[in-house]
Amino acid sequence: MASTQVILPLPILPEGWTGEKDFRPFSSISTATSRNIEPVGPHFLAHARRKRHQRTFSEDDRIQAQEKVKKVEDDDAGEISEPEDPMLLSRDAKDWKGQDHYAVLGLSKYRYKATEDQIKRAHRKKVLKHHPDKKAAAGSTEDDSFFKCIQKATEILLDPVKRRQFDSVDEAADVDPPSKKETQKGNFYKLWRPVFAAEARFSKIQPVPILGDDKSTKEEVEDFYNFWYNFDSWRSFEYQDEDVPDDNENRDQKRYVERKNNAARKKKKTEDTARLRRLVDDALALDERIKKFRQQERAHKDRRRLEKEAEAKKAAEDAVRAKEEEARARAEAEERAKAEKAEGKKAKDAAKNAVKKNKRVLKGAVKDSNYFCGAGDASASVIDSVLSDVELVISKVDNEELAALAGKLNGKKDAKEVKSVYAEEVKRLQGEGKLKAGDGKTLLD
Amino acid sequence: MSDQEGTGAASTPPERIVIGIAFGNSNSSIAFTSKEGKAEVIANEDGDRQIPSMLSYVQGEEYHGTQAKTHLVRNSKNTIAYFRDFLGQDFKSIDPTPCHASAHPIEHESTVAFSIQESAEEGTHVPITVSEITTRHLRRLASSASDFLGKSVNAAVITVPTDFSEKQRDALISAAQVAGIDILQIIHEPIATVLAYDARPESKVLDKVVVVADFGGTRSDVAIIASRGGMYTILATAHDYSLGGANLDQALIDYFAKEFTKKHKTDPRENTRSLAKLKLEAEATKKALSLGASGSFSVESLADGIDYNSTVNRTRYELLAGKVFSGFTRLVEGAIQKAGLDVLDVDEVILSGGASHTPKIACILQSVFPEKASILAPSTSATAINPSELAARGAAIQANLIQEFDKEDIEQSTHPVVTATPHLAYAIGVVAISSDEKHGIFKPLMEAETAVPVRRSAQIATPKEGGDVLIRICEGLREIKAHKPEPKPKVNGNKPGNASDGDGEDSGVSDDDEEEIRQIVWKAGRVLAEAAIRGVKKGGKVEVGVNVGEDLSLSITAREVGGKGGVRGVVGRPKAAENGSA
Ligand SMILES: Nc1ncnc2c1ncn2[C@@H]1O[C@H](COP(=O)(O)OP(=O)(O)O)[C@@H](O)[C@H]1O
Repeated sequence: MASTQVILPLPILPEGWTGEKDFRPFSSISTATSRNIEPVGPHFLAHARRKRHQRTFSEDDRIQAQEKVKKVEDDDAGEISEPEDPMLLSRDAKDWKGQDHYAVLGLSKYRYKATEDQIKRAHRKKVLKHHPDKKAAAGSTEDDSFFKCIQKATEILLDPVKRRQFDSVDEAADVDPPSKKETQKGNFYKLWRPVFAAEARFSKIQPVPILGDDKSTKEEVEDFYNFWYNFDSWRSFEYQDEDVPDDNENRDQKRYVERKNNAARKKKKTEDTARLRRLVDDALALDERIKKFRQQERAHKDRRRLEKEAEAKKAAEDAVRAKEEEARARAEAEERAKAEKAEGKKAKDAAKNAVKKNKRVLKGAVKDSNYFCGAGDASASVIDSVLSDVELVISKVDNEELAALAGKLNGKKDAKEVKSVYAEEVKRLQGEGKLKAGDGKTLLD
Repeated sequence: MSDQEGTGAASTPPERIVIGIAFGNSNSSIAFTSKEGKAEVIANEDGDRQIPSMLSYVQGEEYHGTQAKTHLVRNSKNTIAYFRDFLGQDFKSIDPTPCHASAHPIEHESTVAFSIQESAEEGTHVPITVSEITTRHLRRLASSASDFLGKSVNAAVITVPTDFSEKQRDALISAAQVAGIDILQIIHEPIATVLAYDARPESKVLDKVVVVADFGGTRSDVAIIASRGGMYTILATAHDYSLGGANLDQALIDYFAKEFTKKHKTDPRENTRSLAKLKLEAEATKKALSLGASGSFSVESLADGIDYNSTVNRTRYELLAGKVFSGFTRLVEGAIQKAGLDVLDVDEVILSGGASHTPKIACILQSVFPEKASILAPSTSATAINPSELAARGAAIQANLIQEFDKEDIEQSTHPVVTATPHLAYAIGVVAISSDEKHGIFKPLMEAETAVPVRRSAQIATPKEGGDVLIRICEGLREIKAHKPEPKPKVNGNKPGNASDGDGEDSGVSDDDEEEIRQIVWKAGRVLAEAAIRGVKKGGKVEVGVNVGEDLSLSITAREVGGKGGVRGVVGRPKAAENGSA
């Protein structure tokens, strides 16, 4: 065959991988199945040529080779053979409703588990034995009653709808649940497993979860019971219908029987649902695992509760501690703020005082200079205009300039000196445009 | 052969003229392979390529094929039909049902026979054994082939169902021998069928799972075949001995009979001759319905001298035959299940047998299988081969392959020592990397059910940058993954008294589940070996060869494509194989 192309890349060699000559054998191939190849076609001929050239076989080889081959065609003999009950053989085919179709075909031990293939093979086997044409050929009396039973059984079992109807009421496949007493002796799983296995045949959903054992997880057990409490069953009861008269005359009678049948089906279905529920209830009540899980859950809850309490306690403590911490932090902050505030006020006051003092110096200097009036008394208007000019200067300088000015004037009593300091200041202010040309006349020379 | 001896040409055996024969319960076909290597089905003197396996005796005359079939109406007791399956059987193990409307089988000495009035004189019934009738049938077939080929046919490859026993085969060989036909090989019908397709020049040799569904006249057979590198292994079979085209005929018979009864107050099915007429016409109507949208049905003097004419359209017919169709489908599904496979595993479905002409059957099967599976039937594939001719063609192809071989050579090649072969239990492949699979993805190089010894190779990409790569060879497990959309939560979990009370009528509420999506996923299983290829250049590929020996030892080679050297290694055979336990 042509080489295959694989588009996905090979993995990168893991760090540290080693092998003798870059090869590492791990494990042999799984044991093979022996089968027959069909000796047909050109590729087989090539195979045969290869194989035969190294032949070393004895008769023994031949037989063994064949014996190991997995069988494809099944011989009917084995699995489907049951002795035929004489009672069964003498059945009247007309009473087909009362007939055990599986028994008729020799499939009693398979019942609902019988595959379609098994039914067909069982049918064939029975036909070969009981066909009326053969009986006639053998000269025996013409009694094809059992043959008709076979045909009816096959007709029903090979029709999926009819088979379900029959399987629905096939009591021989039922497994009765064990009693409470029996179960309590132990062996819950062994006793109940077949019960659920039998009930499972009615499930629309397949596969059905298994009962499991004492190692099953809580989830598995819960799934199991949930499944059974929500069981979706195809079981129906039309097989047990009363025959509906099919003559056209009696239509009222016909309708009456039909209604009765419908009511009966519904009733049986309801009863069956209730029966199954009781059965599951019983199993649940007896299931040790449920108790175990409950205990585990309680223990788990207790542990959780303790943990929760401890947690709550710790949380409360933490909260208190946090609160204290916060309070302390706040107090500290307040303290600090207060201190800062106080500090600020002091500085401000000091600055204010300095300003006052400087202003006083400025005014004092002109007063000490007798308002630049020499030795004579200064008139009130002169004093007023000089002071208002001083005020004007004060209003135009900032605190620092005021301090500087005060520094220059401090201790100066000589009117000339004082006046020249003032004149300098007024000019500066005029230069900066803070004072107009005519302002501060009294302070200029 | 013996009459040629002593004529001087005794030293050279006569030239072998070989054909393929499909010997069916209902019909037989003959085919040969032309000089160009093409298999062709031969028409007999009546122009038939499907020759009814029937013989009828009237006034000392023997009628064969279609001519015999028409005698089922007037001369049913002297017409032998559906006898193939009786060959080589005890009377107690045969099912006489199909012969109900023709000569009945009887027990004669240790075998099965038919009581026939062979000569023109009344009351001179003689038993003709099933072997004898087979000989006569085969002789007629061979003579038709000889007429066509212009040479006397003296050998054949013949097909039988997979459930034919050793005893039945021996009986067939003897019966043919008496007819002057040397049976070179008996092959299985479904295998001949696959070969007919695989021998076409355009078909490729692939590993595939093939389902051969053979829907015949009175029985149906299904085989699941692992086709591996052109070799075939049957994994499972299923048979239904009372399902076939006759059941489709019956659906039409019942329909028309009821219509007739309503009009004329007499049921034609109650009269043997009327029933035989119904049967023949129903079959013709059925065949017409395989091609057209409607089929006419007309019988002269059906019952009480009344002529009957009617028609049925295809829709109605498909409704009438619905149950039979689902029987065919279930047989196929059952066989797949028996093989331990899933419909997803199937690559090819070949429909063979006369009833496979019916479009609806192929159509239903198409809906059963995944899209990748090709359904080879006339209505679903333009290149399909006539389903009635497949077995004969396959037989002719095989005949052509082995016609030069000595008889002894053929016997030895077909012996169990050669055919009984270990088949891999699991696929073997290599692990590759993809972005969404952390642990790598298994890529099969050889599939499960491959016969050993076997050799396969693959070229595998490497990471973008090249470098050192790991080749991990392991067995692969095929799994079917189904994701079903979350089922609707049911109300009130497990509160008692709420399950499905009052849900007595099946209202179909719970049936509206969305369809689940199913696909095949591979999981890497047992690791068999690892190898490293170092320094692969950018964009390089690695070629991996896997070789499984007859003793299941495994040898592996790996090298960079176009590179030098490479790695080779061997893994020993499994221990269990030594003591022969399976
Ligand atoms: N074109 C067709 N359409 C439908 N059914 C057909 C067609 N041709 C043949 N058949 C039916 O196929 C059946 C015969 O199939 P065949 O494979 O020859 O039988 P067997 O394998 O039993 O010998 C008969 O029931 C016949 O009516």
